[in-house]
Amino acid sequence: MQHEVMFAGFGGQGILSSGKILAHAAMEEGHQVVWIPSYGPEMRGGTAYCMVFISRKVINSPVVRNPLHLVAMNRPSLKKFAPLIKPKGIILINSSLIKIGSGRDDIEELRVPVNEIAKDLGDPKSANIVALAAFVARSNIVAFDNLLKSIEHEFINKNGALPLCMKAAEAGRKAGLP
Amino acid sequence: MGKVLMKGNEAIAEAAIRAGCLNYFAYPITPQSEVAEYMARKLPEKGGVFLQGESEIAVGYMVFGAAGCGERVMTTSSGPGISLMSEALSFIACAQLPAVFVNIMRTGPGLGGILPSQADYFQATKGGGHGDYRLIVLAPSSVQEAVEMVMMAFPLSEKYRNPVMILGDGLIGQMMEPVEFPENLIVKPTRKNKWAANGMDTRKSKKRNIVKSLILDPETMNTHNLLLKEKYDQIRKKEVRFETYNMTKPYKVLIVSYGTMARVCKTAVDLLKEEGIEVGLLRPKTLFPFPEKKIREAAAKAHCKMVLSIEMSMGQMVEDVERSVQGKCPVRWYGKCGGEIPPPKELMEMIKGLKL
Amino acid sequence: MGKTFTRPVALSEKDTHYCPGCTHGIVHRLVAEVIDELGIRGKTIGVAPVGCAVLAYNYFSFDFMEAAHGRAPAVATGIKRVRPDLMVFTYQGDGDLASIGTAEIIHAANRGEKITTIFINNAVYGMTGGQMAPTTMPGQKTTTTPFGRDVEQTGMPMKMAELLSALMTPAYITRQTVISPKYVIKAKKAIKKAFEYQCEGRCFSLVEVISTCPTNWGMTPVEALSWAETTLLPYYPLGEFKTPDSQGGNDAA
Repeated sequence: MQHEVMFAGFGGQGILSSGKILAHAAMEEGHQVVWIPSYGPEMRGGTAYCMVFISRKVINSPVVRNPLHLVAMNRPSLKKFAPLIKPKGIILINSSLIKIGSGRDDIEELRVPVNEIAKDLGDPKSANIVALAAFVARSNIVAFDNLLKSIEHEFINKNGALPLCMKAAEAGRKAGLP
Repeated sequence: MGKVLMKGNEAIAEAAIRAGCLNYFAYPITPQSEVAEYMARKLPEKGGVFLQGESEIAVGYMVFGAAGCGERVMTTSSGPGISLMSEALSFIACAQLPAVFVNIMRTGPGLGGILPSQADYFQATKGGGHGDYRLIVLAPSSVQEAVEMVMMAFPLSEKYRNPVMILGDGLIGQMMEPVEFPENLIVKPTRKNKWAANGMDTRKSKKRNIVKSLILDPETMNTHNLLLKEKYDQIRKKEVRFETYNMTKPYKVLIVSYGTMARVCKTAVDLLKEEGIEVGLLRPKTLFPFPEKKIREAAAKAHCKMVLSIEMSMGQMVEDVERSVQGKCPVRWYGKCGGEIPPPKELMEMIKGLKL
Repeated sequence: MGKTFTRPVALSEKDTHYCPGCTHGIVHRLVAEVIDELGIRGKTIGVAPVGCAVLAYNYFSFDFMEAAHGRAPAVATGIKRVRPDLMVFTYQGDGDLASIGTAEIIHAANRGEKITTIFINNAVYGMTGGQMAPTTMPGQKTTTTPFGRDVEQTGMPMKMAELLSALMTPAYITRQTVISPKYVIKAKKAIKKAFEYQCEGRCFSLVEVISTCPTNWGMTPVEALSWAETTLLPYYPLGEFKTPDSQGGNDAA
């Protein structure tokens, strides 16, 4: 089966990076992956999103109208993309910034105050890692250990960012567990 | 080296370096700027040349100069930039210089938009610049294939002394996929190109070399054009590349599609198959030379009722498809060119609605 | 007694197509003499322009490339960047350098490309048949200014040496002429200096040469020399505008 995960939010919320880490973890698990960004003016402050395709089989079409899962980091992206999500998918809502729900009863809604969690850890910028970890913990789309390895791979060369990211991942995991 | 997750644009840059191309000139334009950014980071440490030109016009001629003295060189751009480089492309083709141009297509005409498109098909395959010339045009449909085509483009351009264009769309440039770089790297070319204007000291014979495209004498000009034509005919004979998908089945519809669009078509073919509808897909990997013969044969099958050219353009490749089919079967076009790529379901519905 | 005057080795034996009284031939010869004297013929690449000198590659005896209109500095940049060991010069006219190729020359100069540009300024388009150039004088009649250049419509003639000297990147920029022997001697010194700077890898160098075009000016060769002296030189002063040792912008003029 093919999974499509959409990460959406404001530019600067680490949307593209979350997707990349997930794609990397899935690749390391031996899956086929494709990562597609929204690019252009919307990257600079507007709505940014990316789509990660994960499959056991070759991924042909990199275009999908109805993704399976959504990680919504802000309200506009929840409103825009929640109606597109396939039934039985997961919608993760960043409840720090989004006070409304998905309005869907055929999906699994997961509310996580990712900004508050990140802020409490002392690194507001790691909110995207909190969200990603919560999503992975809930969906099991990749093994959590593999996610940690990919976070390490992404942040190992970014001076000193790694320990906080690992903490953020752990906090996200706890928040995401069913 | 195992698989790495890489953006198409960065993979194209890395592939060029691994192909022994250490000279790169470019001008920023979305959606290909990551190629230039990658080259700016990597080439200095390899002892290579990275230069951001003042315009695509200038960049085209920097490529001319570098290629003219026999060095491997590449540039990358997108449609509006390729328009400006087209003057140089014509000069480079006439002077028979090897060089690699990459077009990561965005929507047009005009300034258009920055989303994926295949609207530069005519520009790439029919000229773009003035005069009778052709580019060898390679159309990748994945990041891995983009890598392979870049590595193939340099020897190909050197073999025929002709510019090669990699024609990818914005999605190929922007998407990340796992890629593996071939272990056997292409050896850096020597400076023994006999024709290169690289200083008479380089040669034993004291014959001087002139790299030019000015040919005023009508007879000589005609002879030169015949020579180019002969080369293009050789390329037509020897360099056609394509992929077939589900073409061993008795398809009623044959799709011809390339690049990202062809990937979407593959999914549509799979989905239609689940519903018992057989559709064949022929994906040209070379747009010039175009797989004319293969398409003609495939269209001539008794079970084939229609040939569909599916493009992210308003009916450009379809002209080559029609030319290939030679009336043996009805040919239709389907496409979109606003930046949104038609999803598989849309193609399915369209194909199911065809009156065959 | 040995020969005191011979053809420079760097000059080919081919007869030029230039009109009687045209000064291209003199400048070609000066460039060839300098290349001989510096012993760099085997590693020199000339870049020909579009204009009367489009066939310049026929008149020299070393490697050459032929660029599109105005693009010679970009071609030269491409060569010099990938082969810094080669000596690269462009030879351009005023239509080529000051009109269609302004972007290329300004940016090549501003990047400090270690190339040499010989810039022939004769205040008119030659090859295309005597049309107005950016350097055409106010009131000067050309085929596209049949009533004389109207500066209200077309602006004032462009002083390229001064304009390029205003750039902050170190360079050698000079204006010379070849309309009489005393000037020819000076012009040769300047051309030699320009090539020497390149040999030393020091800077971009440009020698503007005020030249004549009797054919398109509608004058005899002698009249043309005199018109250049009385009309062009007062507007286009000779001299060194910039040397690599001078700071910042114009330090002469």
